[in-house]
Amino acid sequence: MAFTSQAVFYYAALALELLATAGYLAYLVRQEKRTSAWARGLLLAGLVCHSLYLGIGWYVSGAAPVRDLKSALSFFSWCVLFSYLLFEQRFRLRVLGAFVAPFGAFLMLVSSAMPWLLVPVKPLYKSLWLVFHVGTVFMGDGLLAVAFGAAIMYLIQERAIKKKRLGPLHSRLPSLASLDTIHYQALVYGFPFLTLGMLSGSLYAQSAFGRFWQWDPKEVFSLITWLSYAVLLHERLAAGWRGRRSAILSIVCFAILIFSFLGVSFFMGGYHSFESLEAPQGS
Amino acid sequence: MIHILDVGMNHESAEVSLRESLCMHPDTGGRVSTWIREEEKVKEGMFVSTCNRVELFLTTEEPEPVQRQALALFAELGGRSEEEFLRSTYCLKDEEAIRHVFAVASSLDSMVLGEPQILGQIKTAYAHAARSGLTGTILNRLMHRAFHVAKRVRTETGICGAAVSISYAAVELAKKIFYTLEDKRVFLVGAGEMAELAARHLQSQGIREICVANRTFKRAVELAETFRGRAVAFEEIVEELASADIVITSTASVGYIITCEQVRRSLKRRRNRPLFLIDIAVPRDVEPSVHSLGNVYLYDIDDLRGVTEMNLNQRRQEAIKAERILDQEVITFRRWLETLSVVPTIVSLREKADLLIKAELKRSNGVLERLSSPDREAVVSLVRSVAEKLLNDPILFLKNRAERSTIHRYLDMTQNLFNLNRDQGLRGAGGPGENPGLSHGQE
Repeated sequence: MAFTSQAVFYYAALALELLATAGYLAYLVRQEKRTSAWARGLLLAGLVCHSLYLGIGWYVSGAAPVRDLKSALSFFSWCVLFSYLLFEQRFRLRVLGAFVAPFGAFLMLVSSAMPWLLVPVKPLYKSLWLVFHVGTVFMGDGLLAVAFGAAIMYLIQERAIKKKRLGPLHSRLPSLASLDTIHYQALVYGFPFLTLGMLSGSLYAQSAFGRFWQWDPKEVFSLITWLSYAVLLHERLAAGWRGRRSAILSIVCFAILIFSFLGVSFFMGGYHSFESLEAPQGS
Repeated sequence: MIHILDVGMNHESAEVSLRESLCMHPDTGGRVSTWIREEEKVKEGMFVSTCNRVELFLTTEEPEPVQRQALALFAELGGRSEEEFLRSTYCLKDEEAIRHVFAVASSLDSMVLGEPQILGQIKTAYAHAARSGLTGTILNRLMHRAFHVAKRVRTETGICGAAVSISYAAVELAKKIFYTLEDKRVFLVGAGEMAELAARHLQSQGIREICVANRTFKRAVELAETFRGRAVAFEEIVEELASADIVITSTASVGYIITCEQVRRSLKRRRNRPLFLIDIAVPRDVEPSVHSLGNVYLYDIDDLRGVTEMNLNQRRQEAIKAERILDQEVITFRRWLETLSVVPTIVSLREKADLLIKAELKRSNGVLERLSSPDREAVVSLVRSVAEKLLNDPILFLKNRAERSTIHRYLDMTQNLFNLNRDQGLRGAGGPGENPGLSHGQE
């Protein structure tokens, strides 16, 4: 019963978020206020359905709905889209949606291709630690995804101005200064979440396994990700790195982040791996 | 049948000397107004004269003689022969004239496509004509529609979008780099005219400070004073590079004034704040390789020209979209014109009802006197609302059929049914000679 309503909300969220993405892309092309209002409305509706799906999942299983790749991707997508909406609210910049929403919707699309997890919940996961750990990590990831989108926009705009080819995209994208500010703000808010997520993860591990750190591949790569973002922020604050270089580094950092999220799970295993991937091995 | 007529010439149809000839006389406008007022065949009129165009919008029932008279008027005012004007003017009627009014107001007919001044000029001309009582129902409506169309074109297409002058292009680029120019410093090197113009545009955007350097320090001081900025010596350029955000160079120097090495050294002190250099000088003042430095953007005069050229092409593309808006609006306006033929009949219907009510109330005055004041008012409003309800359907019927060709049959019938023609001298019985355009204040 609950499972079916959960599925309904899941697919409703998927459909609405895909439509919202189409709306934001249409806004980029046509630049009509009405289009962006529609896109925003669809995205809000999608996020409501998405939240209901997550809430029901949590309520039914008693653990944060992030145990398998399907729901983890969907939660990541939720965080990305939610962070985007916060930034849209703050900066009134709807063009950003055309760069961030597709990423969020893409995550959701990949998630929808994954099988539903039907194994019972291990008691280990029925912990508030998991909620806090995963919640902060993914919120950080979501904000850093916004930074990633802003960085891409910055590079496109910067290239147009450098190459002196000021086409239609140039006129649609905001100024370099605005993009740089958004990029920086997303970093500045995303990084603390990432930090909190890592700290809480290590405390969770201590309470669950009795060790703070056990050289799990995901732990290692998360640390690498964290360090890269730390370097990026430090250089910006201390050495005044900004603009192109900082945008490129941000994109590299985000690539590492995605690898430590997905790549590690697929290629390296470890206790962070998702249950749906473990299941065939009969663990 | 009333017609809208436009006799005019623009930058394409007539050469400057002819357009000028109509501006020579200081009182051309006044004399045209007098002509509009006194010429019997002309019902309404409005005269627009700018450096690029002359337009005389008229409504009349006899377009051909009025057109000839208008040309004669031009010839008289300009001191040239009528043939000359005949060759260089266009005369548009009805739909074409409506379309032309819309196109002119939307700046689709301008030399610089999408330039914003023309709308203001037309608004002024219209305000003048309306104040002098030269316009009536049709021209009032036409001009208000034209302003509406211009607004639609401006907001729904990008025709006024990107800058088409060098100095505006520079300002727009600066905004794409810095977003706001309010806390920015501008550094002028050299005191060229175009640099000054660009600086003025920047200043109107509220920049924080303008600093001027020039080989002759005195000129720098003079220019700085007009901007309420400060002057620095030519040797301090490197120093200023560290704090400026926008640099505009326009010296007559043969070699480079600002070298790549100088800018590179300033970057560290700037903490990589973006630097926008605009080099308007020929030969160039800034070493081109400066552009390859990070967070530094150098545009020379050719680059800016390329930008404006591209923007102009973009506007031409947008003009196609605007044409579609014009098509729609012309149709809407033509429909409204057609509905005008029913207005006199409706007005006389209402007037007849009004007269009857007044007469009957007067007759019953004796009885009404005895009622209390609120009761009396209730009776009066009752009578009025019965009359209104009774007339409502015929009026709606006429309005709904206003655009059909058979409307005249219905108008005749209405006039006969309600005996409107032979009434005690009611105005506007809707006869064939009636001119709805002159019944002011119906709209």
